[in-house]
Order: sequence, then structure tokens, then C-alpha cells
Amino acid sequence: MAEHISLTVNGSPRELDVEPRRLLVQAIREDLGLTGTHVGCDTSQCGACTVHLDGKAVKSCTVLAVQADGSDVTTIEALAQDGQLHPIQNAFWEKHGLQCGFCTPGMIMAAADLLERDDDPSDAEIRHAIEGNFCRCTGYQNIVAAIREAAAVMREGTSAPTPVA
Amino acid sequence: MAIEAPGPIGQRIKRVEDPKFITGKGRYLDDIQLQGMVHLAILRSPYAHAKINSVDGSAAQEMPGVVAVVTGELMAQHNLAWMPTLSGDTQAVLATDKVRFQGQEVAAVIADDPYVAKDALERIEVDYEPLGVVVNPQTAAADGAPVIRDEKDDQTDNLIYHWESGDKEKTDAAFAGADVVVSLDTHYPRSHPSPLETCGCVADVDPATGQATIYMTSQAPHAIRTVFALVAGLPEENIRIISPDLGGGFGNKVPVYPGYVVATAASLLLGHPVKWIEDRTENLISTGFARDFHMHGEMALKRDGTMLGLRTSLLADEGAFHADAQPSKFKVGLFHIVTGSYDLPAAHVEADGYYTNKAPGGVAYRCSFRVTEASYLIERLVQNAAYELGMDPADIRKKNFIEKDQFPYESVTGFVYDSGDYHAAMDLALEKIDYAGLREEQKRERADGKLWGVGLASFTEVVGAGPHEDYDIIGIKMNDGAELRIHPTGKAILKISSITQGQGHETTFAQIVAEELGIQPEDIKVMHGDTDNTPYGLGTYASRSTPVSGAATAMVARRVGEKARKIAAHLLEVSEEDVEFNRPNYTVRGAPDRAVTIQDVAFAAYTNFPDGMEAGLEANYYYDPPNLTFPFGTYAVAVEVDPETGEWDVKRMVAVDDCGVRINPMIVEGQIHGGLTEGYGIAAMQQIAFDEDGNCIGSNFLDYLLPTAVETPRFELGETVTPSPHHPIGAKGVGESATVGSPAAYVNAVIDALQPLGVKNIDMPLTSANVWEAIQAAQAGS
Repeated sequence: MAEHISLTVNGSPRELDVEPRRLLVQAIREDLGLTGTHVGCDTSQCGACTVHLDGKAVKSCTVLAVQADGSDVTTIEALAQDGQLHPIQNAFWEKHGLQCGFCTPGMIMAAADLLERDDDPSDAEIRHAIEGNFCRCTGYQNIVAAIREAAAVMREGTSAPTPVA
Repeated sequence: MAIEAPGPIGQRIKRVEDPKFITGKGRYLDDIQLQGMVHLAILRSPYAHAKINSVDGSAAQEMPGVVAVVTGELMAQHNLAWMPTLSGDTQAVLATDKVRFQGQEVAAVIADDPYVAKDALERIEVDYEPLGVVVNPQTAAADGAPVIRDEKDDQTDNLIYHWESGDKEKTDAAFAGADVVVSLDTHYPRSHPSPLETCGCVADVDPATGQATIYMTSQAPHAIRTVFALVAGLPEENIRIISPDLGGGFGNKVPVYPGYVVATAASLLLGHPVKWIEDRTENLISTGFARDFHMHGEMALKRDGTMLGLRTSLLADEGAFHADAQPSKFKVGLFHIVTGSYDLPAAHVEADGYYTNKAPGGVAYRCSFRVTEASYLIERLVQNAAYELGMDPADIRKKNFIEKDQFPYESVTGFVYDSGDYHAAMDLALEKIDYAGLREEQKRERADGKLWGVGLASFTEVVGAGPHEDYDIIGIKMNDGAELRIHPTGKAILKISSITQGQGHETTFAQIVAEELGIQPEDIKVMHGDTDNTPYGLGTYASRSTPVSGAATAMVARRVGEKARKIAAHLLEVSEEDVEFNRPNYTVRGAPDRAVTIQDVAFAAYTNFPDGMEAGLEANYYYDPPNLTFPFGTYAVAVEVDPETGEWDVKRMVAVDDCGVRINPMIVEGQIHGGLTEGYGIAAMQQIAFDEDGNCIGSNFLDYLLPTAVETPRFELGETVTPSPHHPIGAKGVGESATVGSPAAYVNAVIDALQPLGVKNIDMPLTSANVWEAIQAAQAGS
């Protein structure tokens, strides 16, 4: 039997009827059409499905959609604001922090959560913070560099905004 | 041709691919939704080997939302229960007689919702009768072993092939005259490429027109199209394979999988688009594995360290169907490059491949057809030889390297190495890591009872398959096409047969055209992945893209450039011989102020071309490489092993790569980082293991371990540049060098650390448990 849930997704109120077993990631991808959030493993290991739930990074394959009732969900699609890339997005581009791009949305959302909590993390802290996000292409080094760069930009407001292409 | 300013090749241009990915706008397979689309789920065998007495799908068929249940029997009615593999064997699409590995495809449900399709699988009743199980080639070869492929008339045992390369007699003679023989027996464990996106397809067949549009996670869409035409008897012009954005591949997305065939057949029969996407467990237990070679190697040497000969014998565990994705002529791929970077006067390789009750599909996992296993074996053997002779592992390598002036170098197993300077790469690696200083530090640490090691690997890779004489897959020559069109405004579209899975073709291939023609890279759109709209070619794997497809791109640009020069001469009112290309301009010899741009030329190609010339500025080129390319390098790793736990910590990792000319150094370095990480994963943790009943241990990311950011070492890169003499722009390819070369460096470092205990070998993966056990065994033995 379907349950009715109300969410705020990327700032907009959304109403859904979902089966109790439906995963939040499927609600986001299939029901709301936000396909930037990916499924990589189904077992909460890879982090490709990372979104923000009430401001905190969660793996949306491990949350039932009904558990998110009444919550605020932010996905990769809402990270760029006012037509400008978020500094983390820009830094991933600048530092070659992505290759196939499949892990990238989840990685960026995990990084955004970290920089919300800590505006000047060490490399070790960055690596620890993205431990739950697999990347099979980049070897993480440029991702770490990108997050470090983004932290500096966000702290100091040094870089000019980059328009969303 | 005088080129003064540095051209687009060699520039660290930011990737044009990235904006869509960083904003969540990538379009991967599972993002595709078509009108009326239904969902396929596959029932898989819980047994590794069992007779199938019956498959009853009637209860599943009755569930609301279920559109169809597909069994092997139904597929057989359409002559599709079996399909050919890329190695010329056959593979069951849906099992009819037996299941031969755990996870094998038995039946499928098509439903209007993916949850319903999975629910319905549980309603299918299969009566299995378990049979004896074979989980390694040693058992497969034993007398009385259950015959796995008993449906094949000519198959009375489990042997698939026996293969040899090199000169046995000469090698035996070399061993007979040797002062010292060292040997190594080691298993290169079964691994899995595990791209973060699993495999899948959306098959959309229009029963009225017969047009089949199949979106597929494929690294080789053109080859797949031809295979589909041959398997399903569909007219090839009606088959369109579209590879959308791919979430990694690493070889896993080269083969044809049963799910593709069932989804396509179902779409044809039902008249609906059918989506099939694996979950992670399905990906790990059923699709293209890698490695799984049981290797024996022996090296014959003089007392002074001169290498005299190399002998290797292999037992290859091929799984239940021989489905290796590799050139048809070479049964164990390019393993015969096993002489590596050394001037070995004699070598002999023999290999026996066996069926086992394990998943099929020996793919080139970020590697060029088994070169990874070869490189690992020789680099491990060399270190053991150094220990045996009391030499430094760097010195024994230097003593035996193929010298710079020996290139092109013909190896005793038949390769002609195009170019190299192995000493330069090694010297740079040793300097960067301060090898002499590390050896001193090692002495001090050892004196304090610490286990400290330094490991080297000086690999030679072999990529860019390949010349048509020797390289084909089921008869299709491994050549690649490129098509280039310059529009009147001077903007270009390049269409290529290879395809990016993250390598950045859309950026680097534009740089190649820009270099050749003077068009800005941002004005060149690179198209790939759609067989209706790109020229034919064998796809992206085995580091083929730059050596073959990149060469085709340079050559098609030159072909366009020939016409551009004629038009420039017309515009400049001089003879063609008097036109020089000084990027970005075509100028008059001796009068460089008289110039036209490629944009002027392009516009003229449609508006003001010479009498007798066809309009337009475009060309095609199919590139047949004259030889393979041979990237190389030296990797150096320093580790400390904890004797109490067996854990090992990488203190330094230096990688010097020579991949010839670097088109975009930023992207090259990214490829190397990724390869070094996969190499680390293979050395340290990645293994698809099986229990004695053939149950797959490693069927999810809890059990099949991948390196995270925490374990992955920090890499220090260096480069030397030795261009390929036969590649149009001197590039060699780099995507896989680091996965090929680095496992031996990591393992050699750990073995080096354990030298005070006398440990000579630990089979990968070097988990802390495996290292700890080796330490315990050595201490118990001493």
C-alpha cells in the first residue's frame, strides 16, 4: 500500500505516494526525475547516491522514502545557485577531480557536508570524510586537491564565480 | 613545416566533458526512460554446477504487473539459448540443460516495474540437481573431474586450449648453461574491474520497422552491433547501438552479456522498450572477471646477474565459458610480452586454459590482454633473482635492460618494441624517491627490528592493438575509423569509433585536430558512442584509443589539411608548394605576412573553391597501426610492515611513466593516478574468491574490497618522453600502464620488507591476514 509523503526537494515542496519499501534514491531518481544521484552498489558502500537530508550527507540507498517524510532533501542538481557553480563543483573541474563522472555527484555532496562542518580540513581529514565514497577512476588524489582548493576559495572568497555551462 | 608557438598538444586544457557531470546532468544508462518501457530482471543460479530438471514460471507469470517470463526453453525456440563469445566459444544466454557457475542466468521476468520484476523472480520454480564442482584449473585438469561443457560434442575433458610461444629448445639450452636458476610460483588472483556503474541496456525494437535501437553500457558499440547482427540475424543497418555516458568500464563493458540478448529479444517479441540494469551483486558474480592465472616462472642467469633465459607455464582459470575479450590469435592475450624490459636471449611460454565452475569473461581489466600478469611475473622474478645473487634489485634491472640504442628491439617472443629509454625512467624514479637514501634508512630501521622495504617495477607495456595481420576479434580487424567535417564557419565535428568512459576523448581528441589544423580546441565537437553516427572501429579498451583512434584522428586531420592547403593556395593565389602551415595560419613561403586562416579556408571550401574541386572540407580515415606501442616506466614504493598485524603502510610511491608524447598532461596524470590506485587495490585487497562449492565470496562491496581515499597512497609522478616512432603524433597510450606496472612494485616492497625473515612470496592480495600468516610461517620455519 502506498504511503503519502511530503518533502522539500531542492527548495520546492513535493508530494509523493510511495510504497513503504521504496528507497529514497529511487524516489529521487524515478519519481522526481533527478537522475544526478546515482546507484552504484545497493549496499551503502559506494556513496554514489549521497544527498543531503536536512542538511546532512546521507546515502539515499539506505533511507526509505517514507523515512524522509517531512524532510528537506538537497541533491546535486541544486548545488549550483543563481547560475553559478558551487566552489566545490568548480574545483572538481579545475583540479581534474573526475573522470567518468559517476561518483562525482555523491562525492561533491559528501565534500559539501564536510566543508559545512570544517572550513579548513587537512588532507587526512578530507580523505576520512570521503571514505564512504568510492571512485574507480581518479585515485582520489585530485579529488582531495579539489576539496582543499574549494575550502580555500570558500574561506577566502578568492575565486571569481564560474557560470554553469 | 615550421611550427613556432607550442601547439594544443601538450596543453593542460580543462575537460569539456566536466560541466554536465559536476552538475548532475550526465546521462548514464539507468537515466534513460522511454515511453512504454518495461523492466527486466534475471533469475540466477544459486548452484555452481547443477542439472536443470525443470523451470516453471507459471506462478510468476500470474503476478500483477508481470508482462512475461522468459526461460531458456523459450529462448531456444528462437535459437537464442546460446550465443557466441568473443573467444569463439559458446555461452548460454539462459540455461537449458545445466547451470555451470553460481550466478548464471536461468530465467528472466519482464514487468512494468523493476520492484515487481524482482519480486516475481522468487515465484519461478527451478528444480536443480547439484553436480560435482570444479573451482580451480588444477581440479579441472585432474582425472575424473566433472566435465563442465559436456554439451559440446568434441569436449571430453575441461581443457580449452594449450598454447605456446617462444623457442623451447633454445630456452632449455639456456637453462642448461646457467649458473643460477630462480623460480616463482604465484597465483594472480581473480579480480573484477567493478566500474562504479554496472552493466545494462535499454533495448528498443520497433516490431513494425525492425529498427533496433539499443542503449548499452558498451566500450565497443560497433563490434557489439556486428555481433548482434550475426547472433540474432538482424539486418545490421537496422541495429543502432548507443553507448551513453559510461560510468567507468575498465574492460568490464567489452563483452556481450546474456542480459543484452534477452532484453533485445524481449523488446522484439513484446514491442516495448526493455530496460535491464544489473545490481552490484549481479555485476560481480556474472560479468567479465579478470586475471586468475596460476603462474610458474623460472629465470636462468649467470653469476654476474646476466639474464640468459625465461621459462613460464600457466594454468588459466577461464570459468564456465571461454569468453576472453582479446585478439583471437592469442589464447592468453599478449602474455608473451613476459620478457618485459630485459634483453633476454631465450624464452618459452606455455599455457593451458581450463573450464571451471566460475563466471566467464576474462577481460583486460585496465590492461592490454594479460600483459598485467606477464609484467607482474617477470618483475617479481627479477627481484627474487637479485636476492639469490646478492645484488641490488635496481642494479640487476639496469644490467639487463634493453638499451636505448637497441630499439626497435625484436623480442624472442616476436614483439618489435618501438622505442624506449629504460635507464632514464629508472634513474629518474630512483632519484625522485632517493633510493640510495632509502636503502640506508632501511638498514637503520632493520637494525631497530622494523620491517621496512623498497620495491621496484620496471614495466614494459604493449598496447594499441593492432596491426591487421595479427590482430582481430572474431575476424574483425582491430582498426579504427575517424571522420572529420569542417563547417563553413571553421568549426568542426570529429566522429570517432572509440568512446570515453572517463578518459576525456572529447577534450584530447579535439587537441589532436587543433594541433594539425589550427582550429581552436573549443571549436571542435567530438562525437562518439553512437554507431549510426560514427565510423566503424573496435572500441576503447587495452589502451587502444590514443594509439589507434588517436592516430586515425591525426591522419584524418592531415587528409583534410591536404585539401585545406589547396584551397589556401587558391585564396593566396600561389602554387600549393608555396603554401606553408604556420599554425594557425596558412602563409606564403617567404612572405609570412600573406596569410589565410583555417576559418578562411573552410568558408572558401563552400563558397570560393577552385574550379574542378569538389565543395566541402571533410574526410574519413581508417587507421591500421603498423605496430603496437610500448609504453614503459619504473615505479618505486617504500613500505613499512607491522610484524604484529601484517598491515603495511605505503610511505612513498613514485611513478615515472613514459607514454610518449602527452596530448593533455593533466589527463595523463589523472589516468596514472587511477591506474596506480587500481594496482594498489589488486595488490592489497581485491579478490573474487570462491569456496569449494563454487559459492562466490566477493559478491558485494562488503566482501569484495576496493580502495577508499583512506588506504590509497599519495602518488608522486615523474615523466620521461620517448615518442613512438610510428605513431603520427608520437603518443603511446597510458590508461593502463599504472595498473599493469604497479602491483609488482607494491608486492616487491612488502617482500623486500620481509627479507630478514626470508619470505620469498605471498600471493596477492596482500591483506594484512595474508601477510601476517606469511610472517608467522617464516618465523615458525626459522
